[in-house]
Amino acid sequence: MSTILEIDGVTKKYGGLTAVNNVSFTVSAGEILSVIGPNGAGKSTLFKLISSFVKTTSGSVKFNGQQISDLTPHVVARMGVVRTFQETTIFRSMTVRENVVVSHHLRSSSSLLGFFLSSKKARADERRFGQSADEIIEFLGLESISKEVASNLPQGHLRALGMAIGLATDPAILLLDEPFAGMNYDETMHMVTLVRRLRDERGITVLLVEHDMPAVMKISDRIVVINFGQKIAEGSPSDIQADEKVIEAYLGSEDDAIGL
Amino acid sequence: MMINAKKIAGLVVFLCILFVAVPSIIAVTGRWDFYYTLTSVALLSIASAGVWLTFYIGRINIGQGAYALAGGYVSAVLVTKMDVNFWFTIPLAGMFCALLSVLIGMPILRLRGVYFAMVTLVLTEVMRLAALALSITNGAKGITSIPLPQELSMFGYTLIPDFGTLENPKLAFYFMAVTLMLICYAVLWRVVNSRLGHLCRSLQQNEELSASIGVNTSYLRVLAYSISSFFGGISGAMFVAISQSVYPSSFQVTDSVNFMLNCFLGGLGYVFGPMLGTLVLYFGWDLLFTAGRYQLLIYSTLLIALILMLPNGILSMGIFNKKDGRS
Repeated sequence: MSTILEIDGVTKKYGGLTAVNNVSFTVSAGEILSVIGPNGAGKSTLFKLISSFVKTTSGSVKFNGQQISDLTPHVVARMGVVRTFQETTIFRSMTVRENVVVSHHLRSSSSLLGFFLSSKKARADERRFGQSADEIIEFLGLESISKEVASNLPQGHLRALGMAIGLATDPAILLLDEPFAGMNYDETMHMVTLVRRLRDERGITVLLVEHDMPAVMKISDRIVVINFGQKIAEGSPSDIQADEKVIEAYLGSEDDAIGL
Repeated sequence: MMINAKKIAGLVVFLCILFVAVPSIIAVTGRWDFYYTLTSVALLSIASAGVWLTFYIGRINIGQGAYALAGGYVSAVLVTKMDVNFWFTIPLAGMFCALLSVLIGMPILRLRGVYFAMVTLVLTEVMRLAALALSITNGAKGITSIPLPQELSMFGYTLIPDFGTLENPKLAFYFMAVTLMLICYAVLWRVVNSRLGHLCRSLQQNEELSASIGVNTSYLRVLAYSISSFFGGISGAMFVAISQSVYPSSFQVTDSVNFMLNCFLGGLGYVFGPMLGTLVLYFGWDLLFTAGRYQLLIYSTLLIALILMLPNGILSMGIFNKKDGRS
């Protein structure tokens, strides 16, 4: 498998605090890779660095050989690296379908002026977005609530909607920030299936940050472990479960925390 | 976009009210002073429409007075000093304000919430002081005796007659202002109902998510703000033509605050909210004139009551939504 994302010696300092310290790893195309670590380990900061929401202190992130760190989020999204958010960040007063349709922005071939004047191209775009939105909504099983205003939805649906918004941008890599947080076992398993299907049916490379150990072990091809901003281990789920350093430094002595 | 029969019917009724019913009522009752009031409402509602658009991208704009004043001066200077036909100065004033707002907007639109609001509040005062200090604006004396709008002709056809030769320029101004208002609101309606507006809405609800779906948020903010200021500029230019004079105090902080209030009052969720808001606010103030020294007291009590009872604006009342959900 070819390398699609290359994180090379990335460091982020906030004043005297080093949130991410010289982290390097690569992501292969079509892979599901999880970044785990205790609270405050720097996982979310790492995500923000990859998606250019914050600028690096040093180091770089390359997507297909092109640098994507230290740019702006919309440029990175345009290149195909899109993040979803930890909190249930959605367009609250739009309906589910409107949320997904508006997120097709990157796929438009008409200019904003074209949309304003309702040109032929713009109308074709809107039709295409509508169809694609319906397809995404169906893919994620949200048909029954597609006309619902987003702020009325329960958490599980919001998470799926966040993913639908990400999918609408037609990403090559989707960064999922804690997709299983606050979910019960059934919801988590449903989400695990969905994430797998993103990769299997749509060929999207998935990078995720997560706390839920059983889910991470189940879903990931590889896992990167971060503690105090530094990478302490990398490998397959079974490697990670057996890694002394990980068990000591991060997971403590309780084996059941990693689903053993 | 969906245009159904109901909406067209609503539009026709609205046009009839503006162009037939109002002039007839005024002719019958003989309240010629209402023309001035209604013309003012139409023009102020254009400036309010601009403020509404900045609300639509999630920014509280209390600085529209600055652009109205700038637009007024641009038009006045062009007409009196450079002999430009007034009708051409309207788009020029709009363009000037749009460009100015790009320069001002690029740094200040990074601010959010109350911080942006505070900076825009200062803007009106800065513009007033600039008008006082500059020589081209003639300082505190302002620019007076601005001639009435000249004839506008194209290919030998007279599109708009010389206002000086009309026996009833008040009526002409009313028609002009109302037409301008309709054009501006049509543009606003189209902006809001096209992808441009959808993106503005995404910006209003969550700027970070908007950026992550690939929207160039800083560009979109500046674009919306410049359209907003364009509206402010043309409204100011038209206003100056009616009063035939412009002073540094022609548009003040109070006016800026009023533009914002118009939006609140009409409803931030409705394109035609600022139009209704301006009408209610301006007319309400005028009608309460008979209350003498209690005018301000009654007025503010009513305003507080309205905002308390209808926090989403007058247009959020049930009857309006059933009749025409034009937003």
